[in-house]
Formats: sequence, structure tokens, C-alpha cells
Amino acid sequence: MHPALQGLLTIFIGVGGCVGYFYGANLFLDKVLFKAEGPNAGRNINRANMIRPWLFLMPALLALGIYLAYPVVATLRLSFLERLPGNEYAFVGFDNYTKMFAEPKFMEALRNNILWLVIVPAAATGFGLLAAQLTDRLSWGNIAKSIIFMPMAISFVGAAVIFKLIYEARPEDVAQIGILNHLYLLFGGAEPQQWLQIPFWNNFFLMAVLIWIQTGFAMVILSAALRGIPEETVEAAIIDGANPFQIFFKIKIPQIMSTIVVVWTTITIATLKVFDIVFAMTNGQWETQVMANYMYDKLFRANDWGMGSASAMIIMLMVTPILVWNVYNARKEMQ
Amino acid sequence: MDAMAGRKPAVVWALNISVVALVALWLFPTLGLFISSFRTGDQITASGWWSSLFPAEQTLQIRAADPDDNRIDLGNGRFMVEGNIFDGQGFEGEMKSWGTSSRALDANAPGDAADLGDGETFTLNADGTYIWEGDDDQISGRAQRVFIGVTSPPDFTIQNYNFVLFDENNSEGMAKAFFNTLTVVIPATIIPILIAAFAAYALAWMEFPGRALLIAAVVGLLVVPLQLALIPLLTLHNAVGIGKGYLGVWLAHTGFGLPLAIYLLRNYMVGLPRDIIENAKVDGATDFQIFTKIILPLSFPALASFAIFQFLWTWNDLLVALVFLIDASGQTTVMTKQIVELLGTRGGDWEILATSAFVSIAVPLGVFFAMQKYLVRGLLAGSVK
Repeated sequence: MHPALQGLLTIFIGVGGCVGYFYGANLFLDKVLFKAEGPNAGRNINRANMIRPWLFLMPALLALGIYLAYPVVATLRLSFLERLPGNEYAFVGFDNYTKMFAEPKFMEALRNNILWLVIVPAAATGFGLLAAQLTDRLSWGNIAKSIIFMPMAISFVGAAVIFKLIYEARPEDVAQIGILNHLYLLFGGAEPQQWLQIPFWNNFFLMAVLIWIQTGFAMVILSAALRGIPEETVEAAIIDGANPFQIFFKIKIPQIMSTIVVVWTTITIATLKVFDIVFAMTNGQWETQVMANYMYDKLFRANDWGMGSASAMIIMLMVTPILVWNVYNARKEMQ
Repeated sequence: MDAMAGRKPAVVWALNISVVALVALWLFPTLGLFISSFRTGDQITASGWWSSLFPAEQTLQIRAADPDDNRIDLGNGRFMVEGNIFDGQGFEGEMKSWGTSSRALDANAPGDAADLGDGETFTLNADGTYIWEGDDDQISGRAQRVFIGVTSPPDFTIQNYNFVLFDENNSEGMAKAFFNTLTVVIPATIIPILIAAFAAYALAWMEFPGRALLIAAVVGLLVVPLQLALIPLLTLHNAVGIGKGYLGVWLAHTGFGLPLAIYLLRNYMVGLPRDIIENAKVDGATDFQIFTKIILPLSFPALASFAIFQFLWTWNDLLVALVFLIDASGQTTVMTKQIVELLGTRGGDWEILATSAFVSIAVPLGVFFAMQKYLVRGLLAGSVK
């Protein structure tokens, strides 16, 4: 069957199935299981209302359980096992972890990931804040915002192609088609550089891609937060003779601190999972490995599920503080 | 920087210029790719995309017509050759200067008559017509060489798009990958919305034990890296017979998208006015009726913003497709994967790369600009309350 047809059929079955399930289950609950009539009507209505939330939640809980909760446990389990020929597993304790930490490529991935974690959220939030503040009172601010926000819609792979064109290096005696090398030569560089092959610094050229994508996100949220600042506080500062920089850093920033933290952590999570950019641009060569790509290498190229799972757990471990913090905040808010 | 009394013009200028710089920095990368996709491979390698926007200056080297065949006898031992220098050159543009010696390429202006010595002259007009005159010896043998400095207007083509999208002989074309991506995206966007909407309603407006715990769990699952899910789920899919294919990728995207969907929709639904829902309950509406008749229509903005997120995310996804969809046959490849392949095999062919990448970027960009309002609203609902 043609995949497009199959897709249509799936939409039909999926949507029909969902609607059918919700409608049918409700009908069953009200008309068959606990009829709202007869001598037990009151009790039946109460019973039906106790069950109904779970009816509504069931498909979601199933999907969340199978696709997110179970894998965490299963991956944890896999990380302590070694796969033997013939689909058998042997318990090896922390062997996978110790082996992994002994690998230079893993340490490189860990170092790079930490570098990404420090720089990308900081730079994206910083640029976002700058863009939000600068465009705030501008007559064409919305157009500017739209353009800075636009990379959000572009895939990491698309962005990888875009930036590869920027970093492109051609031999010295022909015209440069990568704008970075063009500018580099224009401002006195000696010879064209292969930007993605200069160890250590190439990490920054990869980070630029993610910063470029995430800045718009930071800008949109921070600009809403800036607009939420009570006018009186700014006016009072002006009357007291504060200069624009003092107003920005001493009056505005403290008031939107909580939003900055939210933006920062959201970008941190996105950074932790960064895979496509490295996969498409360098594939971890020239010392640009990151955790997610290292894990992909282990799982699908080396076919080492034990070490792959162990490295996935490291990513999970790095996310956990944010997870706990988010849950803590959500609970606080609900009370 | 704020709207304060006595805003200095200098400050306003500095502000505008810095925003222009910022916008340029964010726009130019995409613009470069976009422009490159309309240039031929030769053009791309010959000059940077930024120079293609301006008329290109180049020097053409053309010979006049063969004197032995074309010369006209003027009498008195004088001969001449007449014609148009651009004949058979297929040239568009404007002549700026010309010359007859490689040491002085721009010695003459259009319309000038150049003295070649010993009574030999060459006159070239801007429209390309020329008169070459001299004696028997001069107007014979090899034809006179002319160097012409011309500027040609910016030249763009859509042949790359024809090749990438519609050429049936192109095994690396994007047409199939485009439809595959579409096949992945549409069900993977619609199904989670429906499932999440019911769950969000239950979490927002129904009282039951364990509700707070479930909400916390959803918030927690929001950040679980999907990297953890790859091997366990692939094993599971293989065990239950789904294997690698569309069904697997639809289910995976549904599962991975649900936490955000439930979170966004619940946050929105909680904010709907309590009166409406309670009045409906008093009037005897069941939860199911309240949900379908009141909550769903009112939640349209939140539904739309999640739909955009999920659409962008599934359209742009590479990892999930690599793991759950694309098998060895390569029949089910999606655009992101196709582009990564091209980066490997056609790394230098920028006209193919740029065009393929732009084909995959165009749809999300269209959605982005059309639905930006909802996207922003969704982002704000998710992070600022």
C-alpha cells in the first residue's frame, strides 16, 4: 500500500479510534455499567464519576508509560548488562560505566557537552535579552523579532547545511564562497581556514548554530517578561536619575529573574540533547563529539547496547537536577 | 533606551543600527542558502552568494569574424570587416569598456575607434557592432581579438528545484522524501492532540485522587531525554511485530510529544472561567459533553500552538526517524536524513545541497510565518505564568 494512503488510513483509524474510544467508553460507563436510574442512581452517578477521569486519562497514561517511563527503567537495566550472542544478557555491574570513563572519546564528549552547557544557554539567553530589550520600543521591532525568531522553524539539519555554507573553505587562489573565510581574508587573515577542523575551537562554530536557533525563543519569552514589568518602577528610577544601563541591570533584570531562569533551563535541556547538529556537521570528528552523538555511535554503529545505555543514563543524570527543580516548582505553584 | 523625555537622536540612531546588525546576523545565514539555491553550481563556486545580488563584472574575450571569408574590398587596397561582436555569444549585459591588447583591457570606451597602428583601425559600439579596417595584410589571417569589459545583471535559475524535485532520473531527489516526511508528520501531529486534550481536561477539571501526582509526573517527563527511549522501544517494537516503519514512528512521536501537549493544554484549560463549566454541570451536562461542546472549542488557541510545535518538531526530526523508521531499504527516508546523506556524498555540490535543504525548510517556514501568533502564545503559556 502506498505510504501516503497508509498515512491517511492511520489518521482515520487513529482519530476514529480515539474518538470512538472516548465516546464509547463514556457511553458504556453511563448506560451499561453504572446506569443513572433505578434505586441506585445516586450511588451509580458517583461511581461513574470516580471512574471517568481514568477513562479520559487512560490512552495518555498508556503512551507516557510505555514511551517515556518504561524506557528510563529499561535503559537503566540495560546499562548494567552486557549483550551476549544469541539475545542473552549477562549482568556486569558497573563495568559499562568504568569502561566508558576509560575511553578518551567519552571524556571528550563529556568535556564538550559541559562546554556546550555553559556557553549555549548563556549566549542564547544573553542575545535573546539583548534583542528583546533593543526591539522593545522600536517602530519596526516586530519585524526584527520575527526575523530573529525565524530560525526556530528551521531544522537542526537545515541549519547545519546553512552554517556549512558559511564555514566553507576554498583553496587560497580561488574566490571564497563561505562568508566567514571571505571576511577573514578581507580583514587580514593569511589563508582560508577549515573552521570545523580546528580542534577545540570548532566546538564554538558548532555551538553558534544552536545559539542562532535558540536566541529567538529566549527573545520571545523575555520580551513578554520585559513588557510585564510595572511601568512605575522604571519611571521611579528615571526620576531618581538612573541611567539606561542602571535601569536595565538594576531595575529590569531583577524583576524578570525568574523568567530568565526558566529560559536558561529550557535551553539547557535542549543543549543536553543536541545531536543532529554534530551528527550532520562533523559526526564527532576533530574532537567535537558530544554525549548524544557518542551514544548514537555506541548503540547503532558499535552495537554496544551496554555502553550506549550507560551513556544515555549519563545524559539522564545531567537532566535530573532540572527535572527535580521543575517538579518542585510545579508542585509549589499548585498549592 | 526607554521612552523617556529628551531621547537623544544619537541614541535612537545607535539603537536602530544595533538592531539592524542583529537582524542581519540572524537573517543572512538563511538568505545565503536561499540565494544559493537559485544559482547554478558554476556560479556558486565562482563567487560568493553575496556578490550575486549585484551586477557581475567580467571580461569577455571574443574574436571578430574571420577576415579571409568576410572582408569587403573598399578599393585602394583597403579592406574592412563589419559585424556584431556578440553574434553567437548568447550574451546579456552592458559593455563598459573594451580593448584590443591583453595589456590594456579597458583602453577604449564603447563607440571609440582604436588605432592599431599603420592605418589599421577598429571601432566598436556599445551594441556590439564593429568595423575593422586596414590594408590587405592587416585584414587577413587571424581575426582581431577584442577584450570586452561587461557587467551582467544578477542571474538566477530555478533549474536546481526542477532537478531536486521533479527530475525522475535523479535518485537523490527530494520528492519521495518530501512525501515520506509528510506521511510521518500528519498523523504524528493529530493523534497526540486528541489523546492529550482528554487527559488535560481530566487533569484540569476533574477531581480524583492522585491528580497532583500525575501533573508532577507530566512535568517530570517533559525533560526526559528521548535518547533513553531508543533501544528499549526499538526492542519492544520488534517484539510486538511493528518493527521499523511508519506505525512505529507515529507511535514514538505520539509518546514523546504527549508531555508537552498535556502540559500546555492543561495550563490553558485551567485558566478557562470556572462559571461556564459549573453552569453547564448544573444544567445537567456530562463531563463528556462539557469537554466536546465547551472546552475543546474554547481551547483552540492552545490546541493550535501545540499543533505547530509538534508539526515543527516532527518535520525537523532526524533521530526518531533514523531509529524507528528508516530501514536498510531506504524506501522510507525522510528529508532530514536525505540531506545528511547528501552532505556526505555531495558535500561540494552546493546547488544540490542548498536546494534540498531549502525544500525541507520551506514548509516549516511557511507554517511559522502564518501561525507565528499561536506559536508565541504557546511558548508563553509554557514558560511564563
